[in-house]
Amino acid sequence: MATAPLNQYPLWKHFSILAVIVIIGLYSLPNLYPSMPAIQVSHESGELDAATPPVLRRALQEKGIQAQGEDQGDNRLLLRFSDTEQQLQAFEAGKQALDGRHVVALNLATSMPGWLRSIGASPMNLGLDLRGGVHFLLEVDMKAAGAKAINNYAAAVRVDLREAKLRRFSVTQTGDEVKIRFRDAASRAAGHEVLDEEYGNELDFAEVDGNDGFLLVATINEETMRETQSLAIQQNIQTLRNRVNELGVAEPVIQQQGAARIVVQLPGVQDTAQAKEILGATATVEFRMVNEQSDPFEAAETGRIPTGSILYYERDSKSPILLKRDVMLTGDSIINANSGFDENGLPAVIITLDGKGAARFSKVTAENIKKLMAVVFIDNKTVIINQDGEQRRRTVKSEEVVSVARIQEQLGKRFQIEGLDSTHEALKLALLLRAGALAAPVEIVEERTVGPSLGQQNIDLGKKSIIIGFILVMVFMALYYRLFGVAADLALAVNLILIIGIMSLIPGATLTLPGIAGIVLTVGMAVDANVLIFERIREELRNGNSPQASIHAGYSKALSTIADANVTTLIAAIVLFVFGTGPIKGFAVTLSIGIVCSMFTAIMGTRALVNLYYGSQKSPSLAV
Amino acid sequence: MQLLKDKLNIDFMGKRKLALMLSGVLIVVSIVAMAARGLNLGIDFTGGTLVEVGYSDSVQLEPVRRALLANGLDDAIVQHFGTSRDVLIRLPVEETDRDKSSLSNKVIHALEPTGSPEVRRVEFVGPQVGGELRDKGGLAMLYALIGILVYVALRFEWRFSLGSVAALVHDVVLVVGFFALTQTEFDLTVLAALLAVIGYSLNDTIVVFDRIRENFRRIRKATSEKVINTSINQTFSRTLMTSITTLLVLIALYLFGGEVIHAFSIALIVGVLVGTYSSIYVASTSLLALDVSKENLMPVESAGRSDDGSQV
Repeated sequence: MATAPLNQYPLWKHFSILAVIVIIGLYSLPNLYPSMPAIQVSHESGELDAATPPVLRRALQEKGIQAQGEDQGDNRLLLRFSDTEQQLQAFEAGKQALDGRHVVALNLATSMPGWLRSIGASPMNLGLDLRGGVHFLLEVDMKAAGAKAINNYAAAVRVDLREAKLRRFSVTQTGDEVKIRFRDAASRAAGHEVLDEEYGNELDFAEVDGNDGFLLVATINEETMRETQSLAIQQNIQTLRNRVNELGVAEPVIQQQGAARIVVQLPGVQDTAQAKEILGATATVEFRMVNEQSDPFEAAETGRIPTGSILYYERDSKSPILLKRDVMLTGDSIINANSGFDENGLPAVIITLDGKGAARFSKVTAENIKKLMAVVFIDNKTVIINQDGEQRRRTVKSEEVVSVARIQEQLGKRFQIEGLDSTHEALKLALLLRAGALAAPVEIVEERTVGPSLGQQNIDLGKKSIIIGFILVMVFMALYYRLFGVAADLALAVNLILIIGIMSLIPGATLTLPGIAGIVLTVGMAVDANVLIFERIREELRNGNSPQASIHAGYSKALSTIADANVTTLIAAIVLFVFGTGPIKGFAVTLSIGIVCSMFTAIMGTRALVNLYYGSQKSPSLAV
Repeated sequence: MQLLKDKLNIDFMGKRKLALMLSGVLIVVSIVAMAARGLNLGIDFTGGTLVEVGYSDSVQLEPVRRALLANGLDDAIVQHFGTSRDVLIRLPVEETDRDKSSLSNKVIHALEPTGSPEVRRVEFVGPQVGGELRDKGGLAMLYALIGILVYVALRFEWRFSLGSVAALVHDVVLVVGFFALTQTEFDLTVLAALLAVIGYSLNDTIVVFDRIRENFRRIRKATSEKVINTSINQTFSRTLMTSITTLLVLIALYLFGGEVIHAFSIALIVGVLVGTYSSIYVASTSLLALDVSKENLMPVESAGRSDDGSQV
């Protein structure tokens, strides 16, 4: 016989198959190691500075807390501890040692050895239904955002017309438009000109001659409306992010979904009542004068606070400051706040006030030129306390000074806060001001919470059903197809390892309970390819073909059937992925990965085994 | 080991009138059930609030109901979930309630006197989101069917494509009918299962179709009915085997997977049974009804299919 043997793979093919299995198998290993309690430290700016780890280490050392290991990467520091007791102590110590711009969170970290870490391996992400936590879908009330905007414009228009010395006009706001009624066409023309100059970019004006006088109707133009709405979303996201950072949640997800919705996912959070309270609350800002006569440090130390003053702390430096009791201005009066630059090119925040606020503010600032003014940001904050060995979260109202600036002149409708350290600082202050000013109300439209015990139970039940289903199929296949069945069983085991390895390798893939169901289903369906092949081989043998030819024909004839059958299942899985939400997507992901892997293991994998065993025999009797 | 004898020759197609009647009756029952009883839609689709709590010991439902009633939650549905220690409380969406999402807090608060149970799960779906999920689910089903219709039409021929989609629609109607009849809760996971059933049933159908195509090209002189019958017989042991292995894991999932995926596994079990049947009787019978013949497949072959090199 001069022809090459039918059923022998060249050596490189064996090695390639082995290499794929070993490499992906390696990346599935981290899932075998249990997770350990940990604390995670990151920085608001997104960049963790190099000085942080030593500060933290020293703080822990002073408290006698021993970390089991530490991980640094992705601009976060992860410290592992042997038990939750140590974890909570370290959490408290970390919060005290680091300033307010650091985010300290409780987390779980894998206990896998360093060499796995060094090849970039990591365990699978677990969905909220497996690890416990809350999922919220919030909807921003865009109507309210628009109404608030038009309301502000109505007030501002009134002031501008009065300042332009126009008399006898009336401004009314109905629905989403502002109607300005003039006595005659001439004054309307004058008014139109004034307003056009001021708001031409933001408002559309239309002159209407009704039976009730000469009307000028202003509506917010499309672009401004879009901007208003997108700002409303951005502000809400920013506010949520601030609050979630305070919650001490590791790996929170806060994302815009569609035009008006925000997804918030908080792994590990159990107290949903609390979480809802925190997410739903609205922040405000207040402007107050600084009491420059008394020493704030002395007041903070002795507790003797001068009459007419209140003791506050600055947000970043945590240093005390005394503010006057009277509020100059509240966030309600702020129409907009943007970061920008002053005339010297230094970072600044430009604030626009509504009419009423501007009038009052201009009067107060005129009396206080060259004095210090402070911006207080008021929000609900959460603290974690250790009560009877259990960690509880408590909401407290927090009032912090976010900016102190000297009044240089009488301030009016538009003014700016200067003397900021960086553009980042300006950006943040503007966001805080907006968050405290016109954050549109949000409503929770969907909530899914899974408690930690149910999450663990889901994992246990999922594992159990995979193992039992797996064993049942293995036994059945081995009994039915004998040696070939054993080859299929090995392929099935490898398939499972590959699914887990690939799920761990794809950064965005998340294992959910339906995802586990998908794996179980794959276990049942993955052998289909082998069933097809083995049935073909049996058929070929029955038709009187030689064993070697039967193996060859069985594999090659079944191939196109397997491909067709799997592609159609993939279509269903992909549709499921595109249309599914949350956990359902997880089902589509594992099902798709399982289908693709099964093609590899059931066709190439079993063929390699069969070839190794039978390939060199001249006329074997096949155990199929 | 072998389940079936070597040269299987069951006259599947000869019994197609019987099968047609069976399918017809089942479809009518399903549609009547859907119309008369409707689906017991879960809160994913209707909107509403669901709270699952776990007590440390077995608990009677009566005190739980009384506690809820005392707090004005009179339209709550209370039932055990899995074990007698776990209780599931469902509340419909109240249009009047402004802050709908806080209803679960009220429930948890109301249950405190009954022994401060642990909150295991809270789900709230606003009415609008429920409606969207419903629409999305329907669309997903439609797109999956269209995608499959196109793929099969490209790979085979339009008659095959119609046949497979007829089988899929048949399966979906029967599974949904089963849920209407038994009033098992129909939620998002069941919808996912339904799409998986589509995938599975199609998988089965394609295997049979593939053999039919192969045999049409191979067997020169035979009626269409005979060719189809032979093909079904040849693939029958594979069809059974795969159904068995899949059912094995699904039963494991049903028994050990926990209460949350019960409905999901039931949908798949029913779907696999129906899908196996339909790939033989609905899909193949449709081919006969559409007068498929050798000639229909010849032009496809002469068009130079490169991926069919395996078909000796």
